[in-house]
Amino acid sequence: MSALPAPPLSAAQAAPPDVGHRIVRILLPLMVLVAGIAIWELVVRLNHIPPYVLPAPSAVFTTLVDDWGVLSRSLLVTLLTTLEGFCAAAFGGIALALLFNQSKWLEYSLFPYAVILQVTPIIAIAPLLLIYLPQQTAVVVCAWIVGFFPVLSNTTLGLNSVDRNLAGLFQLYGASRLQTLLLLKLPAALPFILGGLRIAGGLSLIGAVVAEIAAGSAGAGSGLAYRIAESGYRLNIPRMFAALLLLSAAGIVIYGLLALTSHLALRRWHESALGKEN
Amino acid sequence: MAGSIALSEIGDPTAGLAASLRGVTKTYDNGVTALGPIDLDVPRGEFVSLLGPSGCGKSTALKLIAGLAAPTSGSVGVASRTGDKRAGPSIGFVFQEPTLMPWTSVRENVRLPLRLTHMPTGEANTRVGAALTQVGLAEFADAFPRELSGGMKMRVSLARALVTDPDILLLDEPFAALDEITRFRLNNDLLSLWRDLRKTVIFVTHSVFESVYLSQRVIVMTPRPGRLSAEFRIDAPEPRTEDFRTSADYAGYCRMVSKALGSASGQPQS
Repeated sequence: MSALPAPPLSAAQAAPPDVGHRIVRILLPLMVLVAGIAIWELVVRLNHIPPYVLPAPSAVFTTLVDDWGVLSRSLLVTLLTTLEGFCAAAFGGIALALLFNQSKWLEYSLFPYAVILQVTPIIAIAPLLLIYLPQQTAVVVCAWIVGFFPVLSNTTLGLNSVDRNLAGLFQLYGASRLQTLLLLKLPAALPFILGGLRIAGGLSLIGAVVAEIAAGSAGAGSGLAYRIAESGYRLNIPRMFAALLLLSAAGIVIYGLLALTSHLALRRWHESALGKEN
Repeated sequence: MAGSIALSEIGDPTAGLAASLRGVTKTYDNGVTALGPIDLDVPRGEFVSLLGPSGCGKSTALKLIAGLAAPTSGSVGVASRTGDKRAGPSIGFVFQEPTLMPWTSVRENVRLPLRLTHMPTGEANTRVGAALTQVGLAEFADAFPRELSGGMKMRVSLARALVTDPDILLLDEPFAALDEITRFRLNNDLLSLWRDLRKTVIFVTHSVFESVYLSQRVIVMTPRPGRLSAEFRIDAPEPRTEDFRTSADYAGYCRMVSKALGSASGQPQS
């Protein structure tokens, strides 16, 4: 992911306003990509490496086109799982942070467990979840577990970083708890929440993939990660690469969409979304 | 007898006091006594400055009057509202920083107090428009705070305090962070607003020159714990303009107040 052009948000942040520099910043990584693919293709062809050891990029591309029916169905399954996990993470993380913000006792009681859930490796939890939950639910729960902590901790941070004087002003004008929440705390926390969501998007995909791989042996899965595992058993290496490519592309699109959302929501007021020239 | 009560309960409302502090002290949880004990009466319509070095508890005094903090002992009385009670409390507060909501427009920032008191939209719009006109920002209503200069942000903050038509304006070093040219202009604008509206103004500052230029009465405070150490009545003809700022009278007042501030700050802590 890191070798690809930076998404519009951070590019706009770092690049000076001149267009030439921008073009260079997009062109350079593209050239690296093209060169890398060309070298890969050449190495495979000149050394006559068989596709079950290392497929050429052209073979991967052909597989992608030929197997599109299977792969696209799997992509859809994985994306749906990721979306469900992400929505659950976003909703759960924000809701829990709001509850914590309203009641310190609740925060003291529950926050340590949120941390424990976060630091326990998901790959170790997934097999257990698969025993106790229906497979599809277990996969979504995995996506949720990894995605929800960044949302929770970022939202908590945001809700706690409200300007003290503004809070005093709300108090002076007799604002109700609900008014303070809707008109002050949530808008003030928005940049933090969006940052948390951006992390959660990528993590939900990881959670879904981990759970699919763990579920792989159960045989009922049909997501992209399951295709990778299945293709591995069958030594169908080109299809492994094709599925991996799709997963990577899905991750980039998810990140890009969330970065764009964040940019659009914050562009008029928050420092992070404003260019240097301001 | 800690706590704050409405002024009408502690004395005759016809006496014309806007705010009254009796034996007020404030001690923080860490044991530091920030203020007091102080006794202070502010008549209706007066422009009074609290002058003192940083950390002398003058901001604390304002917060106590605003009801944003409770006194440790003594009582704080504020006259009940004379005008439209639906518009909110009788107090408007301007902080040292503009303290605007960066995520919304100037118009919505000024409208905030009326939104919190559920004023009907039509009436609120009229009031917001009037308040923005008073501070000379009518055509910047749709701008976002970050698009404005420091002085303009402070004007928005002032408009927000004025929009509820409060009886008392509390200003906590509002112009301290501004450059001198902007500060002089805002000083003049504040004076002309005060002449028009005749609100009670309690102005906290650490600038001798600002306090003498603006106030009818300057109260000098001692540092830690803040107590009232001297009081000066500035009897200058109105309206005060740049002529006053360059007059011998003004220089004389400034010398007197400076001297009092010096001896108040130099006293050994008690």
